[in-house]
Amino acid sequence: MIDSGSTAWMLTSSALVLLMVPGLALFYGGMVRRKNVLTTMMMSFVAMAVIGVQWVLIGYALAFGKSALGGFVGWDWSLFALQDIEPTKLYADKAIPELVFVMFQGKFAIITPALISGAVAERMKFRSYVTFTLVWVTLVYCPLAHWVWASDGWLFERGVLDFAGGTVVHIAAGVSALVLAKLMGPRRDFARGAALLPNNLVLTLTGAGLLWFGWFGFNAGSSVAVESPVAGSIAGLAFTTTQSAAAAAGLTWMLVERWHHGKVTSLGLASGIVAGLVAVTPAAGHIKPWAALVLGTAASVVCYAAVQLKNRLGYDDSLDAFGVHGVGGILGALMTGLFCFTPVKGLFAGGDASQFGKQALGVAVAIVFAGGGTFVIATVLQRVMGLRTTDQEERDGLDIHVHGERGYHFDQT
Amino acid sequence: MKMIIAIIRPERLEAVEDALGEVLDEGDNYRITIDMVEGLGRQEGEVEIFRGQKVKLRNVQKTRITLCVNDAYVEKTIAAIQKGARTEPTGAVGDGKIFVLPLEEVVRIRTGERGGSAI
Repeated sequence: MIDSGSTAWMLTSSALVLLMVPGLALFYGGMVRRKNVLTTMMMSFVAMAVIGVQWVLIGYALAFGKSALGGFVGWDWSLFALQDIEPTKLYADKAIPELVFVMFQGKFAIITPALISGAVAERMKFRSYVTFTLVWVTLVYCPLAHWVWASDGWLFERGVLDFAGGTVVHIAAGVSALVLAKLMGPRRDFARGAALLPNNLVLTLTGAGLLWFGWFGFNAGSSVAVESPVAGSIAGLAFTTTQSAAAAAGLTWMLVERWHHGKVTSLGLASGIVAGLVAVTPAAGHIKPWAALVLGTAASVVCYAAVQLKNRLGYDDSLDAFGVHGVGGILGALMTGLFCFTPVKGLFAGGDASQFGKQALGVAVAIVFAGGGTFVIATVLQRVMGLRTTDQEERDGLDIHVHGERGYHFDQT
Repeated sequence: MKMIIAIIRPERLEAVEDALGEVLDEGDNYRITIDMVEGLGRQEGEVEIFRGQKVKLRNVQKTRITLCVNDAYVEKTIAAIQKGARTEPTGAVGDGKIFVLPLEEVVRIRTGERGGSAI
């Protein structure tokens, strides 16, 4: 029987997660130079259109169908184009309609490739990017989601905990972002050491605010996976840990920056908030609020260091998709194994180190699979259609060449 | 007739306008054009911090004002701009410059009037 409370919350959560995509577009869009603001925002928005169709046609069947190809991916013809899902059909042992679950999971598939766009901003061909997201979600995201979240997925069966997508979403996107950034090489202005300053941090802060707001749906909505038949108490826990970790991380990033450069920047606070939200994602429904404070604090310290390291190592992850999402996701997934108290006890909650081992397995699999998968897809695309825009297009800005528009016409009436 | 172009600190614009009003307003508004500009002089560029990286900007933001006046008003105008734009009490690097150029002709578009009375 349908539970109206759970269903209402899951419908709300689905919409909240979708709101994170425009949020991400604003977050990234504000950080690039004026000439690339539209193409950068489009890279997030286009996922809503492309993956929005892919998910209904085949994505859901690949991720949540019965295991096929030896468990590599799911598949079920009755789920193709959602054809045999009656509106009254409930999902597994939950008290919500399966269509609501399909939509909720679909929003995750949409935002994950959009996260990657931060690493390739200001230089990737739009056509290649759109093709990449479609192939990547089909061949990397869907199998990984199946392994970790489907009830017959092999990592799920081994007890790897990933509450809302630290592994499937953030590690997968972050590592893929790093691989793409390495393959494509730095922006020509980055290579010659020019200052690449944001066009509008007001957009970035607005985006960070929307991300925080939407993340309550992302994390507290994911309680649907662990609570049966109705979501409630774990949703409340995940909501609380999400808030706690984001706040602690924002505060910590401010302090670290104050110590490092003597100033607290707005972009720093926004970055800290996002780092905390990323890190708490795999842990949200498994840890106590005090542990979320610790996790958020650790996330900002580690991610700040990772972002600085980029400048030493010389790869051009334009908007720190790896430094924040990859590193934050790895940290969060590992620390989940230490701090979790429900449904299993981790090392710091009276349990043993075995859960930490399982988490490390999940992290390693995500890094190798997403990294390798991205390398293969991107290398093929590079041969077939090329990944980078021409030098001239990069110099003039992608907005006018790729989209035939400019983001700002402030000087015209 | 002279064209007077001054580069000043943006935050001194109001003080310059007040000082100009005192010497140029004669029952009618004086004429001024204002642009936001950036450039490089002796003053150093600002330092911004972007994700933990210090970035020194080459250029400094300035305001440029342009006025055209008859010869009798030139010195008064220069004095007013200097009074308004100078960082008190001693002046500071970055206060700006005043350029005075000879002006060939002025035409009021509405009437076709020319010369000093069109200014």
